[in-house]
Amino acid sequence: MAFLTLLRRELRLSYRHAADSVAVVLFFLLAVSLFPLGLGPEAQLLSRLAPGAIWIAALLAALLPLDRLFGADFEDGSLDLLLLQGLPAAGVAFVKAVAHWLSTGLPLLLVAAPAAIMLRMPVEGVGRLLLSLLPGTMILSLLGTAGAALVIGARRGGVLLPLLVLPLATPVLIFGTAAAGAAATGIAARPALLLLGAYLCLCLPLCPLAAGAAARAAAE
Amino acid sequence: MSALESRDLAAFRGDRLIFEDISFGLAAGGALILVGENGAGKTTLLRLLAGFVPRAAGQLLWDGADALEDLAAHGRRIAWLGHQDAVKPGLTVAENLDPWARGAGERRAARETALAAMGMAEFAEVPGRMLSAGQRRRVAISRLLLADAPLWLLDEPTTALDVASVARLGAVLAGHRAAGGMVIAATHLDLPLPEATRLSLS
Repeated sequence: MAFLTLLRRELRLSYRHAADSVAVVLFFLLAVSLFPLGLGPEAQLLSRLAPGAIWIAALLAALLPLDRLFGADFEDGSLDLLLLQGLPAAGVAFVKAVAHWLSTGLPLLLVAAPAAIMLRMPVEGVGRLLLSLLPGTMILSLLGTAGAALVIGARRGGVLLPLLVLPLATPVLIFGTAAAGAAATGIAARPALLLLGAYLCLCLPLCPLAAGAAARAAAE
Repeated sequence: MSALESRDLAAFRGDRLIFEDISFGLAAGGALILVGENGAGKTTLLRLLAGFVPRAAGQLLWDGADALEDLAAHGRRIAWLGHQDAVKPGLTVAENLDPWARGAGERRAARETALAAMGMAEFAEVPGRMLSAGQRRRVAISRLLLADAPLWLLDEPTTALDVASVARLGAVLAGHRAAGGMVIAATHLDLPLPEATRLSLS
């Protein structure tokens, strides 16, 4: 019950600050459209680079709203209330991760297909790209939540955050692009997708636990 | 009826000992006022009682059992009013309160009663950013009523309140105690808490 109430609160807050989600989507589309500008419009080159370009843009875009994930609640005292709601701290962190995915990961997933087509990705590859982005964005939300909790109250949290999260996200990038670009490289997509799933299973319990412990430490 | 008992509590901030040997007992309907100069550890003690700050020594007992054993369960016993009001500028007063309501009854009616108790009834649909500091404080006090918790922990509850609102706060606190609730408040100023025990930190 407390879980749903808190999730509804998070979603209402992201709805009221919808500009944040729109900024994520716009940043993603802009970053993707920089690739043809920088590399030239040659279709063959673009379609080969498309999976990697989209994955890197999604990775960076997902980082954008992270410093407000706990930061706003810490600054106005809401974090104390969140921790007293009767949920374990890891539960609160899990709510935050779900809210981040719904307000960032899901919109990215929706615009990834048109962005891929813009980069001349073959249509049959787009489905596989989305299939890799689905667990991928979930992992990014979980890792990002843990990173955001660790920098609560830090003076330059916004700068520190990518330094913490990006190294942990490299396996996601490797397996994600491998699965998405499988058609072009001739590697089977299934093992890469399974590895992404395995990484998601690892992050699902560990990231909320780490984030919860970090949030508790910040509340001291 | 529940009871809270503190036995020789001590807490550190970093490697500095803030206080030690804090002992008190609080029965249903009881109130405790924490006094002491700036930096004496009033807020630290409140945060220890809420389970935020780890205790360095001593025991905190709720009905005779260790209260800090299960922090999630302990959280449900507490209604918290900190230094900050936790009022989101982008949400209306009603939306600011509703997520924190833990009572079983009808949510809207409970919220209206809580806001009316602090004279904020007509502000339910006003966004948080339009409120003055005192009004935000009154919203935060209304939130205590919705928490449905026996133990109220208040850090300087009268900050930014005018005389009329302090009187309303007095009535709210009296009502909570009459229903068997407990109040622990840290303050520099006089609080409308009759027959409260005073605990001096130094």
